[in-house]
Amino acid sequence: MKARLLPLANALAVFLAMLVLWQLVLWIFRVPSYMLPSPWAVARAVVARFPSLVSSLAITAGEAGGGLLASIVAGVLIALAFGQFRWVRRMLYPYTILLQTVPIVAIAPLILMWVGAGAISVTVIAFIISLAPVIANTTQGLISVEENLVHLFLVYNASPAQLLFKLRLPHAVPSLFVGIRIASGISVIGAITGELYAGSSRVGEGGLGYAILYASSQLQTDYLFALVLAATILGFSFFFIVMFLEWYFLHRWHESARAPEAE
Amino acid sequence: MTQEFIAPQVEFAGVTKRYPNGGLVLDALDLAIVKGEFVTLIGPSGCGKSTVLKLISGLTPPTAGTIQVDGMTPKNARETVSYIFQDATLLPWRTVRQNVGLGLELEGVNGTRRAQRTASLLELVGLGHVAEAYPRELSGGMKMRVSIARALATSPRLLLMDEPFAALDEMARDRLNEELLRLRAEQKWTAVFVTHSVAEAVFLSTRIIVLAAHPGRIHAIIPVKLPFPRLATLRAAPEFGALTAHISRTLREAIPQ
Repeated sequence: MKARLLPLANALAVFLAMLVLWQLVLWIFRVPSYMLPSPWAVARAVVARFPSLVSSLAITAGEAGGGLLASIVAGVLIALAFGQFRWVRRMLYPYTILLQTVPIVAIAPLILMWVGAGAISVTVIAFIISLAPVIANTTQGLISVEENLVHLFLVYNASPAQLLFKLRLPHAVPSLFVGIRIASGISVIGAITGELYAGSSRVGEGGLGYAILYASSQLQTDYLFALVLAATILGFSFFFIVMFLEWYFLHRWHESARAPEAE
Repeated sequence: MTQEFIAPQVEFAGVTKRYPNGGLVLDALDLAIVKGEFVTLIGPSGCGKSTVLKLISGLTPPTAGTIQVDGMTPKNARETVSYIFQDATLLPWRTVRQNVGLGLELEGVNGTRRAQRTASLLELVGLGHVAEAYPRELSGGMKMRVSIARALATSPRLLLMDEPFAALDEMARDRLNEELLRLRAEQKWTAVFVTHSVAEAVFLSTRIIVLAAHPGRIHAIIPVKLPFPRLATLRAAPEFGALTAHISRTLREAIPQ
């Protein structure tokens, strides 16, 4: 029990040291509060504007989550087509790399133009940015099945559907989770980036990206810090949820999902 | 002397196999394996012994010649064939029980019958106590026993084994050899076995085919007349040693200097 609490205590100590350092920098260099607010001011901003902070967080979480879920469904379906038909993969796989390299800030205005301002537009942007890692990793998992396992299924006269659903798909689940883990982080980034362009259809209401833009234009630096904190917590929560699901589905059989051994 | 005419279970007539790049793997191979035999293919690497198993199971077609298994084409005969690979080829996301039931499941055998058959095979190979374990929790020898149980679950008439015990230590290999013969005595399948180990070949086989390489061809056919049941003590018997020495010599002749 003592050994388990130690890393937690260490992390907490680092956090407190950072706060102290932050406060010291303010005192020693006399930084104006619109440049760098004190930890105390940030805490006050969190409390004072808690309802709007939570509502911004919820909006962004919904957009990023919706985009992520859509990218998982679409990504797995596309990967299944890639895994099953080599000609489809040869023809279309290069475009998934294109999808990965296209800068989201460059296409966000286009999406906004086509779909219109608001949450749907932002969800679409989160979806597009999350799609490539899901497709790429799942496809890799589907096609990297050991040859002898395929032979085993063939000797049992397995149908193409049995090969897909009883061999390739379960084999691809660990890779799928790698893809989802990457996608979960960038879906939040995608949603916030999207909100910078298409944040809100109504003034005063919107997700974290929209609120960040608004707070910075008003020089509400303490609230800006609170928003950045909220965005970080959101990204971390997504990552944590995916890690938990990965552990839950894989820990019984897959090496990567085992709890780390005690050092 | 009256003797029943026995149709061969596996018959190769002038079977030639080339790699896609044209390299010759097997050159006009003629081979007849009769029901109940335990035939071992032994030879240097590149003699095409694994290819013979792939041809019998229809995993690869011959370039020339004909192959018959149970009087059928290899692909049509697959229902009667089970294959054991060098690695255990277990599905890591399935428990031992689910792995043993795989062949039955793919062949559409219903759940209750599958459960009965799986349970009895797990008992047979002595793995009843780990039925709900996942493969990664098992030792190499146990994994291979799961693989054997899975192969036998579909009641094959012909068992193809491609160096199944090559990755195991000698003790585990000897134990599994003895177990394999015990299972064969109960279930009467025909076996085609590939190995690099002369002692293993002598212990298991009724007939040993020594292949030469480049291209793969039959160098010698040596019957093993040691009586069954063969027990662990056989390995210390003088006739076992003599035969092993003879086959080792023959094998050396098959390897070009």
